[in-house]
Amino acid sequence: MTTSTLAAADTAPMIRLRGVSKWYGDFQVLKKIDFEVARGERVVICGPSGSGKSTLIRCINRLEDHRDGEILVNGVTLDHSMRSVAAVRQDVGMVFQQFNLFPHLTVLQNLMIAPMKIKGVSKDEAEATAREYLLRVRIGEQAHKYPGELSGGQQQRVAIARALCMKPTAMLFDEPTSALDPEMIKEVLDVIVELAGQGMTMVCVTHEMAFARTVADRILFMDKGEIVEEAPPEAFFTNPRNERTKAFLGQILHR
Amino acid sequence: MDIFLENFFNIDSLIQIYPLLVQGLELTLLLAIVTLPLAVLCGLLIAILYSFHIRWLNILLLIYVDVLRSFPVIVLLVLIFYGLPFLGLKLGSFAAVVMAITVNNSGYYGEILRAGVESVPKGQREAAHALGFGPIRTVVYIILPQAIRNVLAPLASNSLELVKTTSIAALVALPELLRSARVAQEQTYNPTPLTAAALIFFVLLWPFARWVAKLERRTMIVR
Ligand SMILES: Nc1ncnc2c1ncn2[C@@H]1O[C@H](COP(=O)(O)OP(=O)(O)O)[C@@H](O)[C@H]1O
Ligand SMILES: [Mg+2]
Repeated sequence: MTTSTLAAADTAPMIRLRGVSKWYGDFQVLKKIDFEVARGERVVICGPSGSGKSTLIRCINRLEDHRDGEILVNGVTLDHSMRSVAAVRQDVGMVFQQFNLFPHLTVLQNLMIAPMKIKGVSKDEAEATAREYLLRVRIGEQAHKYPGELSGGQQQRVAIARALCMKPTAMLFDEPTSALDPEMIKEVLDVIVELAGQGMTMVCVTHEMAFARTVADRILFMDKGEIVEEAPPEAFFTNPRNERTKAFLGQILHR
Repeated sequence: MDIFLENFFNIDSLIQIYPLLVQGLELTLLLAIVTLPLAVLCGLLIAILYSFHIRWLNILLLIYVDVLRSFPVIVLLVLIFYGLPFLGLKLGSFAAVVMAITVNNSGYYGEILRAGVESVPKGQREAAHALGFGPIRTVVYIILPQAIRNVLAPLASNSLELVKTTSIAALVALPELLRSARVAQEQTYNPTPLTAAALIFFVLLWPFARWVAKLERRTMIVR
């Protein structure tokens, strides 16, 4: 199995969902989702609140489990085994709307703990990596502060650096700027744009349409648990085919 | 006044029974040092098991904690010391006291630490999982440190209670501080040893009680 997966790894999609469905009780959040992300591809997901965007990307690293369908991440099929879940989570980093930094640890410790405890990286190496990523997200000088002492924008940049320290092959962003004051949105988006420029595979849920236009290879529009439109940015903005997409874009672009 | 002093602060009697009191104090401290970590550990186990959110297990744990909470520790001790032998399990008085206090307090510590675990936002667990932490590492490195910090005041307060509870050992003739004082009182026909024991308890625990009060006030201000 290992050899064939490795051989296929370069051409196979980084993430592939086939017929994925999920229910909360009687309510179907995801309806037979088919969705692929190629290596190095940047996909933006938008759609009204409650349409299932978070649920969809949280299924990719199994923060939520799906009921029907198949999810394949970097050659690993997600099932109930701890091994498949662990493998996928090592490959895929995630950034949350609410940052979710560990408040009892300093910025530096936030970045070092996972590499040390999970990958068994030495303290020195973990610290070197952590400092390198802190510089990249432009908060090198805050290493010894606690998350509570930072602004929202700074915290979110630390959260991005924390995920990157695990050297993921893909990144998931769930509305990374929705909890931020307007003046801090740009500093976070700049970091994500830079990351995209370096070839990171990413899936980003966001309503920042200018950002989507510059970064995305493809934009997905979700509504009521379905992907109703899927197109490159130009086509998506200038020539949306679905009525629901048109209505949504009308609302969001003319605010 | 003289009668009062002679009875309750009698220096001669104090000098005479002084070794007894020291011995009692030693045993009280030993009981505290043995039971405190044991009870905290059991409480921790309860909280950790609880934090895995396994439905049937959580129901069992809640029942365990509730039963212990509504059970006087002294009744537990009597049951263990005088009751268990009928089931063929005869414990020495020291072991019986340790067991009673540990079991009783495991419920309290369990409840406190469980509340601490619940006080940690859901996003913390998710962030840990997303980074690759398994269930046990998530609890050890991410959830518990925050949980303990959030309930430090009730933890300290309960520990104070636990140390005081060691005096139930007197009931099964274990010569800790209270029991030693009673023995001394019977030898000297004078209640001064009891006063001394009370004072020793006070001097021993008062700084701790002050610290607990400070912690509790700080928690109140923060919230
Ligand atoms: N744990 C849950 N239990 C029940 N319903 C949920 C749960 N999580 C989300 N939902 C529902 O699922 C739908 C999709 O949620 P979500 O994926 O968070 O949407 P989005 O991220 O697009 O706003 C919403 O209607 C939400 O109310
Ligand atoms: Mg959402």
